[in-house]
Amino acid sequence: MKKILKKNLQNLFAAISKETDLFLPVLNSAKNAEFKKWTEGTEYSEELNTVRSAKDFFFPQTENICDFKTSGKNIEIIENSELPENFAVFGVRACDLKSFEVLDNVFLSEPVDSFYKTRRENAVIFTMACNRPKETCFCHTFNINAADPKGDVECFEDETYVYLNPLTQKGKDLLNKVTSALEDETEEPVKKIKAEIEERLKNLPLYNLSAESFGSDKTEEFFNRKEWDELSEACLGCGTCTFVCPTCQCYDIKDFNTGHGVKRFRCWDSCMYSDFTKMSAGQPRTHQKERFRQRFMHKLVYYPTNNNGMFSCVGCGRCLKKCPISMNIVKVIKKLGGTANG
Amino acid sequence: MANINDPLIPVIGVVTDIRIDTPDVKTFRVVTPDGKKAFEHKPGQCAMLSMPGVGEAMFSITSSPTNKEFMEFSIKKCGCVTQWLHQIEVGQQITIRGPYGHPFPVDTAFKGKDLLFIAGGIGLAPLRSVINYVRFYRENYGKVDIVYGSRSKDDLVDYKEIIDEWCNDEGINVHLTIDREQEGWDGHVGFVPNYVKELGFDTNKVAIICGPPIMIKFTLAGLTELGFDKTQVYTTMELRMKCGIGKCGRCNIGSKYVCKDGPVFRCDELDELPDEY
Repeated sequence: MKKILKKNLQNLFAAISKETDLFLPVLNSAKNAEFKKWTEGTEYSEELNTVRSAKDFFFPQTENICDFKTSGKNIEIIENSELPENFAVFGVRACDLKSFEVLDNVFLSEPVDSFYKTRRENAVIFTMACNRPKETCFCHTFNINAADPKGDVECFEDETYVYLNPLTQKGKDLLNKVTSALEDETEEPVKKIKAEIEERLKNLPLYNLSAESFGSDKTEEFFNRKEWDELSEACLGCGTCTFVCPTCQCYDIKDFNTGHGVKRFRCWDSCMYSDFTKMSAGQPRTHQKERFRQRFMHKLVYYPTNNNGMFSCVGCGRCLKKCPISMNIVKVIKKLGGTANG
Repeated sequence: MANINDPLIPVIGVVTDIRIDTPDVKTFRVVTPDGKKAFEHKPGQCAMLSMPGVGEAMFSITSSPTNKEFMEFSIKKCGCVTQWLHQIEVGQQITIRGPYGHPFPVDTAFKGKDLLFIAGGIGLAPLRSVINYVRFYRENYGKVDIVYGSRSKDDLVDYKEIIDEWCNDEGINVHLTIDREQEGWDGHVGFVPNYVKELGFDTNKVAIICGPPIMIKFTLAGLTELGFDKTQVYTTMELRMKCGIGKCGRCNIGSKYVCKDGPVFRCDELDELPDEY
């Protein structure tokens, strides 16, 4: 276990930045936290969660997968990629770290998505335990422990220090290179921090939310429930939930004609949009109810069916904060998941 | 940065022949720029064709894998990509990637069986690959019946191959039908599902259906009436696709992705999926 005085954190960031690009949560002008590249003087924000999730690092909103040049009847394919060589991310919360595992099951299953894979391999993740979890947090529902965030280097903080515990070879290698900025420490202070966090987690309003009634092979049980009508009634189909969601992974492939050639992009898409499944031959999901149902069935039933019961939700609470009509997965779980949740 | 070898990045294909099959269906022959097949496939599999700047779309591979020289795609004009394809000339390059999807079980469940192919309109496109595969390995299969219908005689896709080749094959019975009476047509008139019931096949065979959803639905009901079990009936599905590899998230029916777990399904497998297709 290593530690560094909080007031000296800039020294650590400077040392890491000498080795590799470093990204960390920073408050923007609107006082919202977002991941930014560290440069001298960039202040680390202790804000619980960034507005956009950390999935952007591996599955960016737009990815230029290749370019084309056309002349007459001929086409030339130009492989084009601006993947980062190596980078480190500091301050990833336990929920977002778990979301990488959810995304791995999609993008790293055969045939492997090589853009995602390269980014994953090139990253060193410093997590941060959540000292002040919020009312919108329900990571515990999905067996995530905010007091034990994992990652390549797991970090903890108290008033004075940040503690760093390297867990993987990648994490150890990077910490070894910046060791002059760090002091040694025993396990004791972190044990105390963990115990305090666990106590706070237990007092959260959603601590006892259970998704147990959902999971693999429950399609028949939930698909035709009449509650979907009521739940989806006010949904605007704006797609905000999917954009802030760390596990939403649907994408579109679109071409952009630059005037000098064609750039092909893979970009985020949303199953909440009406044109998501629209074909010239018809539209299988004609109403917002069906699109709404798709999103939650995917997270709570379809994804678990295909991934040994793992849910495609990490309880980060972003959708609870951002949905313009205050609909969210917690309400869906409570409404459909039975009386256990009140 | 090292070169990315990603499944989403296509290769170049050249259209070397365009056959006009019907007023709205053309068949495109595609090879690589050095004159070879872009990749091998199995009957029922699909490929992503695209014109950069226009779009990319999934098409069933119409030609049989036993054709070692080229691939063919029978394509109906109905959306952006297909409209563009319908106005190109021979020599045009396109992009191609694949093959995608789970093929028909031609070497397992179909082997040694009598086969009944039932197609409507452009629905013959994916079945043609299977039919010609079966014709090539004729000794591996029993009696073959093909029921094929379309709106009119002019809408029967590649009528010439059907008449000149399939109709002359021993052990293959071709039953054609069109929706309405037409001058110069002395064959059967009527919808495919009714014609199947009229023909009244024995149930000791495997049935393979492809066509518009409504035709599939009524044909399946007709086959059930004749005594077929759903485990004897196969079909192939179509939903919007972007990636072809089960990641972009749009072609799912319940937990199954049509691009990866389909497009070929046995009809009893469809019963287990939610009614959303």
